[in-house]
Amino acid sequence: MEATIEVSGLRKRFGATQALDGMSFTVRPGQVTGFVGPNGAGKSTTMRVVLGLDAADEGSALVGGRPYRSLRTPLRHVGALLDAGALQPSRTARDHLLWLARSQGLGAGRTDALLERVGLAAAAKRRAGGFSLGMRQRLGIAAALLGDPPMLMLDEPFNGLDPEGIVWIRGLLRSLAAEGRAVLVSSHLMSELQDTAGHLVVAGRGRVVADTSVADLIEAASGGQVTVRTTAREPAMSALAGAGATVTVTGRDMLTVAGMAAEHVVRLLGDRSVPFSEVSAHRATLEEAYLDLTRDAVDFRGAAR
Amino acid sequence: MTAVTPYRSDLRAGRDGFWQLVRAEWTKFRTVHGWVAGVATGALLVVGLGLSFAAGSHSSCSKGPVEVPCPVPPLGPGGQAVEDRFFFVHQPLDGDGVITARVTSMTGLIRKPDATPGVRNVVAGVVPWAKAGIMIKESTEQGASYAAVMVTGSHGVRMQHDFTEDVAGRPGGVSPRSPRWLRLTRTGDTITGEESPDGRRWTRVGTARLEGLPARARIGLFVASPGDLTISPNAAGGSIAASRFAEATAVVDRVSVRGAGTGGTWKSDDIGVTTEVDGVTPHHPGRLERSGGTFAVTGVGDVAPLTGESTVERTLTGAMAGLIAVIVVGVLFVTAEYRRRLIHTTMLASPRRGRVLAAKAVVIGSVTFLAGLSAAGVTLPAGRRILRGNGVFTQPVPLLTELRVIAGVAALLAVAAVLGLALGALFRRSATAVVVAVAATLVPYVLAIMSFLPESVSEWLLRITPAAGFAIQQSVPEYPQVLAHYAPVAGYYPLAPWAGFAVLCGYTAAALALAAYRLRGRDV
Repeated sequence: MEATIEVSGLRKRFGATQALDGMSFTVRPGQVTGFVGPNGAGKSTTMRVVLGLDAADEGSALVGGRPYRSLRTPLRHVGALLDAGALQPSRTARDHLLWLARSQGLGAGRTDALLERVGLAAAAKRRAGGFSLGMRQRLGIAAALLGDPPMLMLDEPFNGLDPEGIVWIRGLLRSLAAEGRAVLVSSHLMSELQDTAGHLVVAGRGRVVADTSVADLIEAASGGQVTVRTTAREPAMSALAGAGATVTVTGRDMLTVAGMAAEHVVRLLGDRSVPFSEVSAHRATLEEAYLDLTRDAVDFRGAAR
Repeated sequence: MTAVTPYRSDLRAGRDGFWQLVRAEWTKFRTVHGWVAGVATGALLVVGLGLSFAAGSHSSCSKGPVEVPCPVPPLGPGGQAVEDRFFFVHQPLDGDGVITARVTSMTGLIRKPDATPGVRNVVAGVVPWAKAGIMIKESTEQGASYAAVMVTGSHGVRMQHDFTEDVAGRPGGVSPRSPRWLRLTRTGDTITGEESPDGRRWTRVGTARLEGLPARARIGLFVASPGDLTISPNAAGGSIAASRFAEATAVVDRVSVRGAGTGGTWKSDDIGVTTEVDGVTPHHPGRLERSGGTFAVTGVGDVAPLTGESTVERTLTGAMAGLIAVIVVGVLFVTAEYRRRLIHTTMLASPRRGRVLAAKAVVIGSVTFLAGLSAAGVTLPAGRRILRGNGVFTQPVPLLTELRVIAGVAALLAVAAVLGLALGALFRRSATAVVVAVAATLVPYVLAIMSFLPESVSEWLLRITPAAGFAIQQSVPEYPQVLAHYAPVAGYYPLAPWAGFAVLCGYTAAALALAAYRLRGRDV
């Protein structure tokens, strides 16, 4: 219950659009949960419903076992980054954090510590209106961390970050999760989550398409295929097929073998003295696994322009 | 899956409460320089326009070709400016005593506009508040404390004292067939007024305490007649008021005075009479024609609080412009959050949305009130000083009234800013909210005080629109016993100061409640 975000059966309609259609998942403490899906899959709406900004037509969303709107100092429970651009342009970074701190009964000292942590200490007295998107993301992350909350929800935090920033935020997310926090990070680009998320919730058309650990997802997408590079294509094919494997020619000196583990392929070809230069288990990338899953769930495919 | 120990913060638990929200909103307000500057602009408009209005006001009086300082009206015992001009036939009275008299007729003359140029058009008539009766007065100085019981032109018998106090007795006029007996008794500093149809059956009209009335006072007969006030439509659709000369004559007999010091000869004084250009000849003098025990007394003028002079709140006309500035800030204080989508962050920090609106109202209201208070607190005394230097008399008002005017204008600005906030939260668009707030407060006020709407329309505007709140700045009350041009154009509001202010507060509270209600249910 504690420090867990639970979403169950959320439905919400905006006019003719069914934005959420039975969205259900759980974000557990101690790991980064990636929340992925194409644009329009309902990721942001789900987060807004969890945070009490939008009301769901059906279903429930609980943070630490309670509805967000019943929390008294909510930033002490859940830190959120929804929209890094939501800033009063003439207010300084420090003052932005200061009013948030005041609203939670926190002291002004907390703001400086956080600006330091997100690397904005030097820009503390600059007006937020002049910030780059990357700086705004950092300021938004500082705001989310202000109350030192056990639960974090970050919507597209990688947007606008430079490579250094992306590396930084990945490390930050991993360390936050390692401290025992529940961290939900949404992204429409799976690659951003590759080395960060331990668990994935894949959304499409307002519902969950897959809810799985990253390792299981890749395993499933790889489908136990083995790639063989050999100059003796015909003998290799007959040997493998004779042993019961399904063999496909995928190149002039390349075969893809299904239904046989890589060690077995190596042993079989060695026994028959078939020469080969490489036998490798094929590993799908997270990207491929994700595309597999969401192929049917994409609402708006990028049209050629 | 390995068991995970959920994160526990070692940050000290923060306080949760409305005060924290107010602090957060205050931090938001003070960290946007434009908003601080906006409220400061509102305050500076009050000061700047008020002082330049005062500096630009001059008054001068002339006696023939010679320019002289304008006469300063006398002040009554209560400190207010008064008109104290009447014909007084009196004797000294030492200590306690009684005067009794019978009024048998009251007639008068009114000078109407000349029908034929150059020919005075004088008609017979008595104005409603012409006064004839008996009086005990501290001295013959203008503004001296007094108590009197009298018959009036058309408001029956009255007992009045110290200019502002008025109690009604039996209605009806007097005639030789139906005379009116009047009696005034001094016991210490208490004066009792009575009336009787026949001199035997007496009815008390009222009593007055004249604090510090000296042992020696004056006792006698008096007559006064204020000018004939006519209000006529002007070409623009408003109205103009004109006051024309009127005098009244009362015939009084059966006069008896008892008490130490009385019994000597009657002395006549035309109290407060003005003189012609030569400085000697009285202008419109009163007179006494006596035949035995019958006194025919003719008087001009009035014994009443003054209504037609410049008031202190005229130094605060800049509040109209200041109002626009604070409304704009009030609106932006919330619409800027919608425009920047910062409202989401605000609602995340405080999911109880109505409380956010309340905290914002507290902040913008307090800030504007304090700014308005300092602006009005400087402008009113400074403006009055400048006006005095320019020879313009402003009606003195009691300290509490002056404080009410200053704090009232500040509160008017503060509530208007909160109204702007509420409308901003309701419409979520700056331009719409500003236009509606200004149209609700300032536009009806300006329409009402300009002289191009019929008075009844002006008065309704100041009753039923939020502009009714401007009544809070009226410093001189409307006196029922004085006929004057009590209209918005002359600075008189149809509602009492606090009642008018309550109308504005009511609208603001309703707008806030509506905004909070809509905020509660909707997605933000």
